[in-house]
Formats: sequence, C-alpha cells, structure tokens
Amino acid sequence: MALIKEALKQLFQKPATLKYPYEKLTVPKDFRGRPIWDMKKCIGCGLCSNVCPSGAIEMIGKGLEAEINHYVDRCMFCGQCAEICPENAIRMSEEYELADFDRSKMLHEYKKDS
Amino acid sequence: MSHGSIIKVPFGPQHPALKEPENFLFEVDGEIVVDVKPRLGYNHRGIEKAFELRTYIQNIYLAERICGICSDAHTTCYTQAIEELLNVELPPRARYIRVIIAELERIHSHALWVGIAAHEIGFDTLFMYVWRDRETVLDLFEMISGNRIHYAMNTIGGVRRDIHAAMVPKIIKGLDFLEERLKYYLRIVQTEQTILKRTVGVGILKPKDAVNLCAVGPTLRASGIKNDVRSDDPYAAYDEIPFNVITHSGCDILSRTLVRCEEMLESIKIIRYALDSMPEGIIRVQVPKKVPQGEVVSRVEAPRGELIHYAKSNGTTKPERYKVRSPTLANIPALCKMLLGGYVADIPIVLAGIDPCFACMDRMAFVDIKQNKKWVWTMQQLRRKYAKE
Repeated sequence: MALIKEALKQLFQKPATLKYPYEKLTVPKDFRGRPIWDMKKCIGCGLCSNVCPSGAIEMIGKGLEAEINHYVDRCMFCGQCAEICPENAIRMSEEYELADFDRSKMLHEYKKDS
Repeated sequence: MSHGSIIKVPFGPQHPALKEPENFLFEVDGEIVVDVKPRLGYNHRGIEKAFELRTYIQNIYLAERICGICSDAHTTCYTQAIEELLNVELPPRARYIRVIIAELERIHSHALWVGIAAHEIGFDTLFMYVWRDRETVLDLFEMISGNRIHYAMNTIGGVRRDIHAAMVPKIIKGLDFLEERLKYYLRIVQTEQTILKRTVGVGILKPKDAVNLCAVGPTLRASGIKNDVRSDDPYAAYDEIPFNVITHSGCDILSRTLVRCEEMLESIKIIRYALDSMPEGIIRVQVPKKVPQGEVVSRVEAPRGELIHYAKSNGTTKPERYKVRSPTLANIPALCKMLLGGYVADIPIVLAGIDPCFACMDRMAFVDIKQNKKWVWTMQQLRRKYAKE
C-alpha cells in the first residue's frame, strides 16, 4: 500500500511520455544519427568502408573520383567511420527516423559533383 | 506428500520470464517442482565465429552487441583483453571514464531488473515508476555518448568521448534525483507487503550451494558471500575508488532485490567520487592494428556478475579464437537448484531472480541467405505468414 500516495499524486501530473509522432524529443548535441558525407572533402581513401563493422559503406571507384553508397538498413550508427576519416568528411547527423518498408529507399548515394 | 503422478510442464521457449526465448522442462508433483531441465541455445547467433572474421576495431562493436543491457561490460572486457595483448597502458582519465560509464550502466540494468521483478510478481505500479525514473540514466547516456543503449564509448587504448566539464553538473543533477528515488524504492521493497509476501523465503540458494554451483554476481552476494571482481581483481580505476561490496544473507529473492537496490545507491557514490577525482589529460592512446601473438583472459564485473572473455591472437589483424562466458550461463546451475522444491507459481520470479540475459548467453542473430538469391518480404507477406500461426 506504500505506493498509493505516489499513484494518487501521479493523477494530477503530466504524463511522462510524449505523444509521438506529434511531439518529438530533441536529441542532444553529439547524437549519433545517420552519417552524412561531405563529398567536397572526401579524398576516396576507403578507410570508412574498410573499417565499417557491418559493411554498410560501399566505395565505388578509387581516389578522388570515388563515390560512396551508404546502406542505412545495415548501419548501426557506431560512428567509427566518422572517427577514422582523416579529412573529417563524415558527420553524424541528428536524423533518427530512418525506418522504411522499402529497402531500396534506405540507400544513400553520394556522388562527387553534388 | 506425493500425489502419485509426476507431470512434465514445458516452460518457454517463448518468454519464460524476461522477454527472451529459453526452454525449461519442469517435472511437477502437484504444485511442487521436483526436477528442472534447462535447454539452452534458442538464441545462438554464432557471434564467436563472427569475431574471427572481423578486425579488432570492428569487433569492439560486435562485442557491444552481444547484449543490449550490459553492452559496456562486454566492450570493457573485450578492450581490456586486447590491451593486455598489445601491452598498452590506459591513460588515467580513460580509466575513470570507464568506471563512470560502467556504474551508470549498473544503475540502469538493476533498475530494469527491479521493474521486471515487480512485473513478474504482478506489481505493475512499481514496474512503471521504476522504469520511468530509469529514463534519467538513459538520458545521461545519450548526452555523454550520443546513444541510449549502445554507448560505443570504449575503444582499444582508451575511450572515444570525453566527459566535458559542462556535462558534470547535469550528471550530478541526474544522480541527485536518482538517489532520492532509489532510496524511496528501497524503502518500498523493504516494507511493501505485496513484495514481501512473494519474495521472502522463495528461491532459496544456500551459501554452500551457491559456491559449489559457481553462482556469480548479485545472486552469489545475496547468499552472503562477498565476491566482486571490482574489489577482488580491480580493473579500470576501481583500485583507486573506495566502495562497499553489498551482501545480504537472506539467500532468497528479497535479498537479491535488496542487493541490487543497494548496489545502485553504491554506484551513485562511486560515480560522484570518480567525477570529483577524475584526473585531467588525454583519453586515448594510439594502438597498432596488428596484435602480437598470445592468449589472454579478461574479467569484468558486469551488472549480472562476473563476465569472462578469452582471446587468442595469431599476430594478424583478426583474432584466431574468441570466447565469451556470460554471467547468466554461470548462474543457470544455481537457478535450477533454486527452483527445486518451490511452487509452480513462483517459477517466473525465481527465473527472473538471477537477472537472466539469454541473448547474452546464447549469442545469436538470425540471417537468412539463399544461395545467390536475394528476396525481401513485404510487410503484407510477413503478416500473412505469421498472423495465422
């Protein structure tokens, strides 16, 4: 019976949950969301695709002409790619609503001219 | 007082206690359990083989995914093993940050357990309140590491992120709130009849049995035996931090609950001390990619008990053999002992009493690959297949 007081007090308080998706929590500054490549900085060294533990990063071509394919469905947001990048071309963004029914929509292509 | 016939009752594999699959075959005589046969392996994922196919850096994140709740304990154990092979000395600040993260994790894991135990005895009010307050720790984790559960803080040779001065007041504020709430819940556990009636004298594990059956962690400490890797074989910065090893001698579920509740309060003290006395300096050192030949065993006190990792390297960038002994596996023989002679209605709470983490124990992920044939099921197909079954 010790919890009754607590339970009654709770009746007059705001719920602890948010009405998602109408209300959303703001994420902290250093959140690890979807990684985003800055292709102007990318030198095509291939470190990110080599180090990725889940094989979510594919590099097409070599050197400065290289293109990056990032498969969000495989990514586990560890941030190792952003950490290892020698040019700081990868940034962990604050995007977290990444689920989709269609796998093909979860491929993000980064090309040199864009 | 036999009723003449013994009936076999399968328990699980769907959610025997926690929301994880494992099968237990009970032989019951009326209401009394007379025999237990655990059947493990429903969660086998082949993680140890996967360790051999990945480089040491990639394996940090694989080790983290052995278990969602004690993800930091597994990476600490993994990095510790590899650091010993590499003969790398950790920077002092990194050791303190590892302690802070490990203790925050202990709070969130034990809080999760208190909630689940309350749920198993049908006390959902407590379950909801404990889990609401557990969010405080998860928010702290999100602020420090950028994620709620998989913190990815440890790396070989240190930690990946620093705890900045601006974060400290926020952590202290969160800890103050938690301390007040946890003291309140400890009082509830000690006085509330709903809990006492279901936990006192249930799932008895005598100290002698606990030692003989190699129980670990809070399960062992609740049988009155002082055993904690943090104090027996200190790692990270535990040798420089004063703390008490909590024991209770009730040997029942109530003692296990009290041990965990008091450990959470102890963890808060450890974090406060570590934040105060954290030295300045670098947080990581550079390490080579190739690991010299050798074998190593590393031990860590995970929230559930002693966790052991074994690594064998052959001088390349990938380990030759990797073995994980999780605390739940060590507690299974003790669990079978606890269940004997108890009532069928007490099975869920006794099972939950060791804080089982079957995913930890079996290590599995299911991948379906048909030879060179790729196909994806739509949501409708999945529904059609599984809605009927």
